[in-house]
Amino acid sequence: MSVLVYIDTLSGKIAKNAMEAVQYGSKIGSTTVVTNGDISEGELSKLGAYGASKVLVNKALKSNDSEQITKLVAKAVESTGAETVVFSHDLVGRAVAPRLSVLLNAGLVSGAVALPNDNGQVKVNVFSGKAYGFVNVKTSKKVIALTPNSVGVVPGSGEASVEAFDADLGASKITVKEIKKQEGDILLPEAELVVSGGRGLKGPENWGMIEDLAKVLGAATACSRPVADIGWRPHHEHVGQTGVAIRPNLYIAAGISGAIQHLAGVNASKVIVVINTDPEAPFFKAADYGIVGDAFDVIPKLTEEIKKLKAEN
Amino acid sequence: MKLLVCISKAPDTTSKIDFKDNNTEFNEAGVQFIVNPYDEWYALVRALELKEANGGSVTTITVGTAEDDSIIRKALAIGADNAVRVDAKAEDAYFTAFQIAEYAKANGFDMVLTGKETINFNGSQIGGMIAQLLDQPFVSLATKLEMSGNTATIDQEIVGGSEIISLETPFVLSAAKGMAEQRIPNMRGIMAARTKPLEVIPAAACDAMTSFETFELPEAKSACKYVDADNVAELVSLLHNEAKII
Repeated sequence: MSVLVYIDTLSGKIAKNAMEAVQYGSKIGSTTVVTNGDISEGELSKLGAYGASKVLVNKALKSNDSEQITKLVAKAVESTGAETVVFSHDLVGRAVAPRLSVLLNAGLVSGAVALPNDNGQVKVNVFSGKAYGFVNVKTSKKVIALTPNSVGVVPGSGEASVEAFDADLGASKITVKEIKKQEGDILLPEAELVVSGGRGLKGPENWGMIEDLAKVLGAATACSRPVADIGWRPHHEHVGQTGVAIRPNLYIAAGISGAIQHLAGVNASKVIVVINTDPEAPFFKAADYGIVGDAFDVIPKLTEEIKKLKAEN
Repeated sequence: MKLLVCISKAPDTTSKIDFKDNNTEFNEAGVQFIVNPYDEWYALVRALELKEANGGSVTTITVGTAEDDSIIRKALAIGADNAVRVDAKAEDAYFTAFQIAEYAKANGFDMVLTGKETINFNGSQIGGMIAQLLDQPFVSLATKLEMSGNTATIDQEIVGGSEIISLETPFVLSAAKGMAEQRIPNMRGIMAARTKPLEVIPAAACDAMTSFETFELPEAKSACKYVDADNVAELVSLLHNEAKII
């Protein structure tokens, strides 16, 4: 079977969730990648290590406009004869995959967390991480949007051939006036390790210790809803029902009681560590490891112990 | 400005999730339903603010059965002018988007707004599909929206940050946190909602492209392992040797 994977490389780099989507595609069939923007051929050829045989790149298209990206991917589907198109269910995938589904009359499975099973059904996240569903696609062509950090990625070897790919994308109806880069290197939605703080930390001036721990771990920082609403931390750090839903390998929560709305955004995390002074905090019920104690005391100690561990290994 | 806001029914966040009929259907027994929070807090409230500032109208649209009327009345109580319900079970995202697009084509709106996803299916599919069906631009995950005449200026989340974009109506937008603050309907709104028009229309012919065959619950978590606050080294050891996560 022929598979096409669209990845976003506007940053000039290949993000981990993009590698994950490519490798996922390569386990379904012979995989071609399509992407756009100013990224070097050397960088793109590395996708061979994740199972891509060929990469098509349109360097002229440098925006996130979902109308234009949809046209680009549709043209690539036509030229490769792909029967399945894979996206990462990230910010670009969420905008483009539904459009492509309609354009190609190809059923869309979004939020996939596993490869299609023997019946061709795809397991997806539903009810904000509280359940899984198995989706059957009735159309011959399929579009699958893969949840970041759901199946993981293991690099192999090989190089992909890289080809320039032109397409008539029409004029964009959207004007980009300003781009604001998020501070910090590790982006929360795709982060594997996350350190998060809540109201128990008492004020924005106390976030230094959260940032120190995150830095030692190589983790992203996050927060609970009240903390973002009061303005202690930026909104993009808010995880939970109405903020960002994440599924890191490790989620460390300090001074967060664990309201059900917060859990909805983090309960797909593989390991949850809760640090709270209140032994009755509901978060402990969802935790794998818990410390009943003061974050002001525990977090700096944790940072020191992890430094020691890193020094030993 | 004529605004159309897509409203979906969702189980209240505190609902216990389980399934019936051999795990093929969500068990609605005892479940309290709400307006999907992203649709209500962000899309609907921002649409109402735009109407209040610039004039125009706010219509809500829902694809569902008569059981959805109570949450539609809630949206009217918050301030929508009128509501439309396409009388059909929402078979899949495509079927739903198709019905909404048909209504939007026939009635001509300046903007169609959705929440960024529903909290029951988490698909983020409807908005992009409607945009494609209407052949309009789609602004995904907007966190701020200002209008000046027919020109919108929008903050949009992108990979690695955000961008400010501008475009002309008509377009489709999905709303995320930051767009507006939650509004609690007051008694006057609740009374007025009872008499506001709720038009029920038949569904257009459309074949769903996907179906949910079965559901399953995640494996129950094992009990939390407690570590003494004076022995943080043990936690690090557990994360390294047992969970193998750091």
